[in-house]
Amino acid sequence: MSPGQAAWARACLALKLLAAEPTRLRGLTLRARSGPVRDMYLDGLHRLLGPIRKLHPAMSRDALLGGLDFTQTLATGKLTASTGLLETPGTCVLTMAERCPPDIAALIAAQLDAQLDLTLILLDEGAEPDEGAPAALVERVAFDVSLDGIGRLEATPAMLVRSNTRILSKDKSPKPRKTPMEVTELTRLAARLGIDTLRPPQFAMHAARLHAALNGRGAPDAEDLRVATELVLAPRAIQVPEPEQPEPETPSEQPEQTRNKTQSETLPQDMLIEAVRAVLPENLLENLRNSDASRGKGSGAGQRKRGNRRGRPLPSRPGRLDGTSRIDLVATLRTAAPWQTLRGKQPGGPIRVFPSDIHLKRFEDKSDRLIIFAVDASGSSALARLGEAKGAVELLLSRAYATRDHVALIAFRGDEAQLLLPPTRSLVQTKRRLAELPGGGGTPLARGLQAAAMQAESARHHGLSPTLAILTDGRANIALDGRGNREQAGQDARSMARWIRSMGVPAIVLDLGTRPQPALATLAREMAGTYLPLPRANAERMSKTLGAAFDHGLGA
Amino acid sequence: MTTAFPFSAIVGQDDMKRAMILTAIDPTLGGVLVFGDRGTGKSTAVRALAALLPEITAVKGCPVNSETPRDVPDWSGLETKEVTSRPTPVVDLPLGVTEDRVTGALDIERALTRGEKAFQPGLLAQANRGYLYIDEVNLLEDHIVDLLLDVAQSGENVVEREGLSIRHPARFVLVGSGNPEEGELRPQLLDRFGLSVEVRSPDDIEERIEVVKRRDAFETNPKNFMRRFRPKDREIRERILEAREKLAAIETKKPILRDCAQLCVTLGADGLRGELTLLKSARALAAYEGADALTRDHLRAVAPLSLAHRLRRDPLDEAGSTSRVMRTVDEVLG
Repeated sequence: MSPGQAAWARACLALKLLAAEPTRLRGLTLRARSGPVRDMYLDGLHRLLGPIRKLHPAMSRDALLGGLDFTQTLATGKLTASTGLLETPGTCVLTMAERCPPDIAALIAAQLDAQLDLTLILLDEGAEPDEGAPAALVERVAFDVSLDGIGRLEATPAMLVRSNTRILSKDKSPKPRKTPMEVTELTRLAARLGIDTLRPPQFAMHAARLHAALNGRGAPDAEDLRVATELVLAPRAIQVPEPEQPEPETPSEQPEQTRNKTQSETLPQDMLIEAVRAVLPENLLENLRNSDASRGKGSGAGQRKRGNRRGRPLPSRPGRLDGTSRIDLVATLRTAAPWQTLRGKQPGGPIRVFPSDIHLKRFEDKSDRLIIFAVDASGSSALARLGEAKGAVELLLSRAYATRDHVALIAFRGDEAQLLLPPTRSLVQTKRRLAELPGGGGTPLARGLQAAAMQAESARHHGLSPTLAILTDGRANIALDGRGNREQAGQDARSMARWIRSMGVPAIVLDLGTRPQPALATLAREMAGTYLPLPRANAERMSKTLGAAFDHGLGA
Repeated sequence: MTTAFPFSAIVGQDDMKRAMILTAIDPTLGGVLVFGDRGTGKSTAVRALAALLPEITAVKGCPVNSETPRDVPDWSGLETKEVTSRPTPVVDLPLGVTEDRVTGALDIERALTRGEKAFQPGLLAQANRGYLYIDEVNLLEDHIVDLLLDVAQSGENVVEREGLSIRHPARFVLVGSGNPEEGELRPQLLDRFGLSVEVRSPDDIEERIEVVKRRDAFETNPKNFMRRFRPKDREIRERILEAREKLAAIETKKPILRDCAQLCVTLGADGLRGELTLLKSARALAAYEGADALTRDHLRAVAPLSLAHRLRRDPLDEAGSTSRVMRTVDEVLG
C-alpha cells in the first residue's frame, strides 16, 4: 500500500469509528485544502453521520445559541425563541475553522462540554503552518485527520461505508477491573509524546475500545492500541522519543508486580512510538522540534483592535450617538420593534424609537504597526557602522511611510539608553534626530533592550503593534546598573531578551560587527527573533534585508 | 445538564481545590481566578463546587434569593412569605452575553402581550448570595467587564434603562477561569479577584493515569462513581459548615498582623487589598483546619493564592510570581 493509500485508509477508519460512537469521540478535525479528495471524504461524512448543519466563523451568537425570534414574536404577540444551531443534538461542521475567533471558539467549546450528543467536524484549510483551527476546539474532538498527500486515484469511496459489524453489546456493569491496560499505556505514551492535556489519552482509550469491539474483541489488544495511537495521539505529538531510549523509570509506590504484568502481557511502548513515527512525515518532525519558537510572533499586519469606523463588522451594541460612531439602523429598528404596542404606536402611525434603542456599528480593525529601532551608538559601533545604520533606518523610514507604520528611535551609548524619538510618523523629524545622533562610549546593550521593551509595552497599551529592530555590534560591556562589567552586561542583555520573548514582541537583531558575533545569534534566539549578520553591508542592502525580514520572517 | 463530577474525586490540583473551599467558607474573600492550560479540569472543579456547596434559605420564588420576606424587592410583586432552603445559586455568565441579559431589562413578554412595564431580572439578580462563574473570563467583552467591575465592587446592581429605574442587591462570589495563552486579563478585573490559582497538567505519570481512569469510571457508570465519592463530598461540606461557624472565633494576634503587612510591603503589592485578603483567607484556612488561632503556617499556605496576582511584573524574573511570593514568604517568615 502506498503512503497515500495508507493515509486514506486511516482517514476512513477515523470516520467509521466516529460514526459508531459519536457521543464518546465527539468529532474530528479535517485538515485539507478543497479538492476532489476532500469532496469524496465529505460525501462519506454526510452518509455516515446523517444530516449535517453548517457553521461558519462569522456567525452571531443568536444564530449559534438561539435568541428572540422577532418575526414570530411580532406576528403572534407571544414571546418566541429561535433555536440556535448548537442547541439541538446532531453533527455540526465548522467551515474555515482556521479563521474562527477565540470568542466564538469558546462558545462552541462550552456547548460541546454541556451537550454530549453534539458532534463537531472542524474543516481546517489553513495554508501556513501557524494557521489552524482554534486549539480549544481541536482539543475537544478525538481525531485529527489530514488529507494532504493523498492522490486522487489513491482515494476510493468504497472504504467510506458504515461498518457492518455490530458492536458487541457492552457489559453495562463491568467488574471493577484493575486499571485497564489501555489506560496506563496510552496515558504514558501521551506524556512521552509531549501531549500535555489529558483529553487526548481519554479519546485514544475510547477509540481503542471501540476498535476492539468492532473487530469482535472483548478488550483492546496491541493492534487496537496501535490504531488509537495513530489516529488520536500521533497528530498531536510535540516530540517523539528515540525508540531505543529505555522506559523512563517513574519512581512510584505502585506495586512492582502490576507494573511487570502490564509490560509482559502487552506491548512495549516502543512499538507504539514506532507507529507514531511511521505516521508522521519526516519534515513535520523537524518542525515540531523547533515549534516553540514560532509561538508568540505577531502577524506583521498588526493586532486586532475594535473600533467603530472600518474593518470587519462585529455585532452592534447599544450606545449613544456621539459623532464618532455610526448607527446600525437595522439593529436599532429590531430593538424598537417589540415595544411598539407598549409605546402606544397607532396603526399606520410612525414607529416610535427611543434613544435607548439605538445600536451602534462596530468593526474590527488591524492596529497600526510600530517599528522601534534600538541603535547601538557606542564607540566600537560608531566608528565603523553608525553611518550605515543611519542610512538603513532612513531607508526603512521611507518604507514605513509608504505602509503607514509608526517609528520610534532609541539610541544607547555610554551608560544609558535614550529615547530620541517617541512613536511618530514624521519622516522629517526622524531624519533630523538621526543626523544629530552622536557616537562613542561603552555598549549598554541591556539598557537599550530594556528601553526598547518598555517602549513596546507602552505602545501596546496605546493600541499599536510593536516590532523591534535592534542594530548593534553585540560587544555588550556595560551592565544594567551602569558599571562596566563585560560578563554581567552579557547576562543582563540575555535576561532582557527573555523578557522581550515573554512579551511576544517580534524582533530582529542586526549584527553590525565586521565579523558575525555568535553571542548575538544566541541573543536573537533568546528573544525568539530573527538574526541577520551584515558584515560589510551598505545601507541599501541592509534595508533590503530588513524589509524582507519584516515581510516574511515576522509577517509569516 | 449532565451530572457534575464529584469534587473530592478531582485528582491533585490542591491549590485550586483549597481556594474554592476558602471562598465557600468566607464569601467576602472576593472570588477565585483559575488560570491555566487546557484540559486541567478548571471548569470541572467549578461545576463540582456547585454540587458541593451547602444550601441557603431564601424566600420562595424571590428573583434575588432574599433571605427574609422583608428583603424581597418591591418590583418583584411577590406575595408569598414562605421561606425554603435551596441550593446555593451558581450562575454561568456565557461569553457573548448581552448587557440586558446581565443586568436585567424590561420584560419583553409582558410588554408585548399585556402592555405592562415590568422588570425582568438578569444574571446578576440570579447570582445574588451565590456564585457567578465566567469561563474564558479573559475573552469577555470590555463593556461586560466594566459592568461587572462596578457591581462586584458595590454589591448592588442599578438599572436605568427603557424607563425603568431599579436597584437590587447583587453580592456574589466571582469565579473566573481562562487560558492565559488566549488573551490577558485587564489588571482592574484581576484585582477584583480575591484569590488566584495557576493550574497546570500533572507531571507525574501515575497521577495522569489516575485522572484518566476516574474520568473513564465516571463516564461508564456515573451512579456507581457518585456513590463512591458522595461520602467524601459530604465530609467536605460539613467541614465547610463547621468552619463558617468557627470563623468569627479565630484569634488573630498582633505579630501575625505585622507579618501580613511586612509580607505585602516586601513584595510591593499594590494597595491594601492584598493584606486584607491574605488575612481573611488565612483565617478561613485556620477555621477549616480546626485551629483556634492564626499561625504563620496558615499565612504561608495562602500567601501565593492571595498575593501572586497583585504583583507588578518583574522582567528579570522568569520563574513567575508564585515562586516570587514563596521566596519572599521564606525570607519574611523565616
